Amino acid sequence: MSEMSARTIVRDGLWSNNTGLVALLGLCPLLAVSNSAINALGLGVATVLVLTLTNVAISLLRRFASDDMRIPAYVVVIAATVTCVELAMNAWLHEMYRVLGIFIPLIVTNCAVMGRAEAFAARNTPARAALDGFAVGCGFLAVLFAIGCVREVVGRGTLFHGAANLLGPWAAALETTVIADYRGFLPAVLPLGAFIVLALLIAGKNALDARARNRAAPPREATA
Amino acid sequence: MAREFRLGGAPHLPAATSVRTVMGKVLLALLPGVALSTAWHGPGVLLQAALACAFALLLEAAMLRLRGRPLRPFLGDLSAPLTAVLFALCLPPWAPWWIAAVGMVAAIVFAKHLYGGLGYNLFNPAMVGYALVLVAFTRELSGWPPLDAPIPPGALLDGVFGGGVPWDAMAQATPLDTLRDQLGQGRTVAEAQAGDDGRSAWLALAWTLGGLWLLQQRVIHWHVPVGVLAGVLAVALPLWLYDTGRHASPWFHLTHGALALGAFFIATDPVSGAATPRGRLLFGAGVGAMTVLVRTFGAYPDGVAFGVLLMNACAPLLDRWLKPRPFGHAR
Repeated sequence: MSEMSARTIVRDGLWSNNTGLVALLGLCPLLAVSNSAINALGLGVATVLVLTLTNVAISLLRRFASDDMRIPAYVVVIAATVTCVELAMNAWLHEMYRVLGIFIPLIVTNCAVMGRAEAFAARNTPARAALDGFAVGCGFLAVLFAIGCVREVVGRGTLFHGAANLLGPWAAALETTVIADYRGFLPAVLPLGAFIVLALLIAGKNALDARARNRAAPPREATA
Repeated sequence: MAREFRLGGAPHLPAATSVRTVMGKVLLALLPGVALSTAWHGPGVLLQAALACAFALLLEAAMLRLRGRPLRPFLGDLSAPLTAVLFALCLPPWAPWWIAAVGMVAAIVFAKHLYGGLGYNLFNPAMVGYALVLVAFTRELSGWPPLDAPIPPGALLDGVFGGGVPWDAMAQATPLDTLRDQLGQGRTVAEAQAGDDGRSAWLALAWTLGGLWLLQQRVIHWHVPVGVLAGVLAVALPLWLYDTGRHASPWFHLTHGALALGAFFIATDPVSGAATPRGRLLFGAGVGAMTVLVRTFGAYPDGVAFGVLLMNACAPLLDRWLKPRPFGHAR
């Protein structure tokens, strides 16, 4: 099996095979927790951590787990990792933990985690698996954060509200009111807003890709 | 089935139906209701309709341009103004202008053109726009001016373009709002309806007149309004008979809110509704039942928009399920 270059791994994870925009895996947290920029950042960072750790663990296991037993083995590894991350957040980022609540343990069910385990980590070396987990996680984080920013600005007129809970007291300065005297636009905060913003992001990515393709391959009349 | 089939001699004239004539007839049929509404609520009704039409045509032109479609045939087919008028009729006459703008963006850009334009939209654009602004700006949409004290033109313009009207001071709750509030405070239906002079039955009658003309013109099918009536009766009648003190009568449901307008003008949309006869009946029944359920148990005073949107989502399924079977074909 031909090895993917590190460059391809990173590009796939961040752009060409982005979990949020192309593979559309892990939509549950993507749509549920993107109602504010800070919630999105918190869950995104937790997901990056989980993905990197599980990818490494599963890559190490790949020679010992038989084909028949591999899925249960992945589930145990992923569940254990998520529990560790959950306990760590409860200990050191307690306010954030209370805000994100049920969605931290639900990272277990994020299909992107299982998807990368099966599609990549189970057949690559730990170093590559770590890189892949990190890149895919960052791609997910970027989409989650972008949706979170748009929904927070449109829905509440603020940005980075609650930053101090996640990043510490110094981050209180980050909390800005983008639109003064804003009365709020509830649909953007409801799940409806997440679907619409996600759809617009996917459309934007497809438009950028189409433009890049057209530039790479100019119209036929020009070459003929 | 024993309808006589007469065929005259050539030349045969094709029926002169186009999107434009159909939409034009629906707009004409709205006139009695619009006239009565304007007589009660003042020129604000017409101002809202004009505002929404302007936004709708502007957005329609912009979207057609973006999608590379010809402007002239689509701008002239009256479908965007019809969407705008149906939407505007749901707004209080002094609603600020940006409510019409936001509603039309949702209706024309999202519900209509992003789904493929006229004839491809899965959901009724006017109701998508209305449901969105209802969820987003509940407070602005809930206060209606009192019927007997028309708003002075200066205050109207100030309310629509300046946001300077002391809404809460002048606004009066609609009968549906009053019913919901009073029942919530433990009063009975009779007590809640003490101040209701039953005048809105006239408005329902005006919509019905327009709707009957549309039926006579064969623009709409009878199945949908009949289905709505059956749906309302099926839910409201048992509730009312069960406890007349806690539940409004079917007559109250039929004559209040947007039900008559919805039954004849909104649920009959040929694009987003069901296309088979039995499908249309069930579609209408779903809208009627859903409306009463939302009014009785839901969080909003009226439920026509939600009923229509929910049944829009069911329409393809209904059509698949109830597809007429050609004679001789196996089931």
